[in-house]
Amino acid sequence: MADEQSSYENVVEMRGIVKRFPGVLASDHVDFSLRRGEIHALLGENGAGKSTLMNILAGLYRQDSGSISVNGRPVTFSSPRDAIKAGIGMVHQHFMLVPSQTVTENVLLGLDDPRFLMRLSEYDKKVAELGEQFGLRVDPRAKVWQLSVGEQQRVEILKMLYRGAQVLIMDEPTAVLAPQEIEDLFETLRSMTLQGKSIIFISHKLNEVASIADRITVLRRGQMTAGGVSAVGVSTQELARLMVGRAVVFHLDKSPASPGEVVLDVKDVYAENDKGLPALRGLSLNVRKGEIVGVAGVAGNGQRELSQVIGGLRKCAKGEVRLKGELVSNRSALYGIQRGLAYVPEDRTHVGSAPNLSVTDNVIMKKYRQAPISHSGLLDMNQATRFAKGLKEAYDIIVPTVETPVRLLSGGNLQRVILAREISGEPDFMVAVQPTRGLDVGAIEGVHRLLLTQREAGSGVLLISEELDELLWLSDRIYVIYEGRIMGEIQLGGGDASQETVDVIGQMMTGTPLENIRMERDA
Amino acid sequence: MISDLFSVTVLVGILASGIRLATPYLYAAIGETFGQRSGVLNLGVEGQMLLGAFAAFYVALKTGNLGLAVFVALLVGAVMGLAMAFVTVNLHAQQGISGIGFYLFGLGLSDLLFQKMLGTVETVKGFPKVDIPFLSDIPGLGEIFFSQSILVYGAYLLVPVAWFVLNKTTLGLKIRSVGENPEAADSLGVSVAGIRYFTITLGGTLSGLAGASLSIGLLNVFQQNMTSGLGFIAVALVYFGGWRPWGVLGGALLFSMVNALQLWIQVLGIPIPSDIAVMMPYVLTILVLVASVSRVRAPSALTKSFERDE
Repeated sequence: MADEQSSYENVVEMRGIVKRFPGVLASDHVDFSLRRGEIHALLGENGAGKSTLMNILAGLYRQDSGSISVNGRPVTFSSPRDAIKAGIGMVHQHFMLVPSQTVTENVLLGLDDPRFLMRLSEYDKKVAELGEQFGLRVDPRAKVWQLSVGEQQRVEILKMLYRGAQVLIMDEPTAVLAPQEIEDLFETLRSMTLQGKSIIFISHKLNEVASIADRITVLRRGQMTAGGVSAVGVSTQELARLMVGRAVVFHLDKSPASPGEVVLDVKDVYAENDKGLPALRGLSLNVRKGEIVGVAGVAGNGQRELSQVIGGLRKCAKGEVRLKGELVSNRSALYGIQRGLAYVPEDRTHVGSAPNLSVTDNVIMKKYRQAPISHSGLLDMNQATRFAKGLKEAYDIIVPTVETPVRLLSGGNLQRVILAREISGEPDFMVAVQPTRGLDVGAIEGVHRLLLTQREAGSGVLLISEELDELLWLSDRIYVIYEGRIMGEIQLGGGDASQETVDVIGQMMTGTPLENIRMERDA
Repeated sequence: MISDLFSVTVLVGILASGIRLATPYLYAAIGETFGQRSGVLNLGVEGQMLLGAFAAFYVALKTGNLGLAVFVALLVGAVMGLAMAFVTVNLHAQQGISGIGFYLFGLGLSDLLFQKMLGTVETVKGFPKVDIPFLSDIPGLGEIFFSQSILVYGAYLLVPVAWFVLNKTTLGLKIRSVGENPEAADSLGVSVAGIRYFTITLGGTLSGLAGASLSIGLLNVFQQNMTSGLGFIAVALVYFGGWRPWGVLGGALLFSMVNALQLWIQVLGIPIPSDIAVMMPYVLTILVLVASVSRVRAPSALTKSFERDE
């Protein structure tokens, strides 16, 4: 790191960066520049090429074409070590830490000093001092596995600062943090820029970007849609449009509900959680055809168990679940599926799909028993491929070929694969748990549209979500769940929900039954 | 008869042979510890030992030069280690399977060389006992600890050295990191391949020495498959010892003490069927391994091949 670096305004200049992966153009002639002492946000949906671009800058990937210069000097990095030598350090979304070792050991790994003997206590002090300087408080002697996620992130930042990084690339740093930790992180980032560091902040969250960034570069499908625009005077609406390529409908058009007969009837259900503790205690609710029914509640109040009892994956001790009048509880998952039940589980990668199998294999997982996909136990792969290709078109699944393993798909695309599989079975009823968790704006909108389409088609949907806004937009009715019981039911009459409605739901989420709220209000 | 077991002379004899018998286990298991701490399971230890044992024996028989014999055994082990490293690091072969391949290779080749180059079982003059001045004169203890061959002393010296290197040096930090989170090590410029080459080759070298300690230290003969599972026990001892040199030492001592006991039982003619007696150390190993399961966590990246995903 030369000292005459200050003569260049731009610490990093990337020009015409192109990177191809098999079947995907991940970075398509992207330019990016970073000024000294700024926080520059790199905004884009999942799979837009943000991480790819930054992995190139961090020396993890090599670009197919294009040039990089640091402090005005052209550089080529063949490994992360080269990038660090040039003063560029990356804090990855999945932390690169060794859990069984101490903070100091993690910081010192791979350095030439200490040469051979560790002399840990001496270096503990150095690490502590550096942490003090940047407001990154963490015990240097603690083992990494003992630390909270926020503290682990601080270790990652310390690692880079200790190596003299002038440029810090933060890959989705807030994804794993609690709200208070996010505040602390922002504080730290600002104090680092005051001490001359420059920061690249990768994110898909509009609000965060608006609150932390000085300048913003937006990527969409590997292409740059905005290059280093000032964060002042650009609206989040405008940013969203740049990200997804069309104006995002934050409020969806919804036709009035026309509910039909009851399709799902849950009556007085009791069930235990994995630890054998009561999770559902006499829960009742119902869903009619042609409506979306929301279940609101703080995480861990029995939502997961409820969806599993309905999906046939968990036994209930008492009570019953009826689908179109037929008893489906305490039978099997297959029993429900054969009677028109669709299930979109909370855990996309482990329950909802088989990560190493192809898109085709994943979408036929419910249909493989029947013609035309199979005949007397033999799979017709031509038919299966045709079916998968049809879904890929219809559901706008972005994937090179239907033979691609689904583990390579972005979260939004994977959710589309799962929804495509579930909806293509033309279910009478669907239970969806947290279907938009971790997705970016465009993908969320896509999922919402699909759920509404189900409703239009006359199917009943039970939407279990921790996002109250999502429930208010989509649902015709909302149940509030608390400690395995329903606290009350709210009818939503189209349009925006009133503040009063939101307040009532909030009170129920913390355990006050609806009758009590009404009684108190009337009194 | 049984009361003979409890005489001082016999007790000292058992302990002294227990200390001595642990030697090959220590060399092989400490070497294997380095490999496993860096994330590589080498099941080929037994094969590497057999080749080392043959090489050392052959050189000692033909030249009478024990130093040269040990050197050749180290070399043979190192070459086997390098081959294992190439197959697992560069070719990304499944570690367990390739280890078994190397075992069978070592078993077959040592047997072939034995038949072609020696033909019959011969004896050789191996490493003599070295009495450590003064200390070896202590009654009992002297005979147990301080009247052994140089290869025995070396094995015990290796334990603190291995502990020191693994825990107190930057090399050790790199080895442990590569075994726990190779992605992290790679992102900080540590050569995962380089470290694994080093540890696997070191493991092979020490396995070769373990073989030599049998053929020109403990038994002073070479015969087909003379290790008879010793290399696999060494691998088990690494798990038993919780991937730590001192733990490995404990396991090696426990195992060889029981082994010494059963040998003396047979020598003294105590009426226990010899098959049962021979089984004792192995049964004990299995029991202790079962009991020690989940006591310590294995290196996270053990048996996992590393490739930068690009």
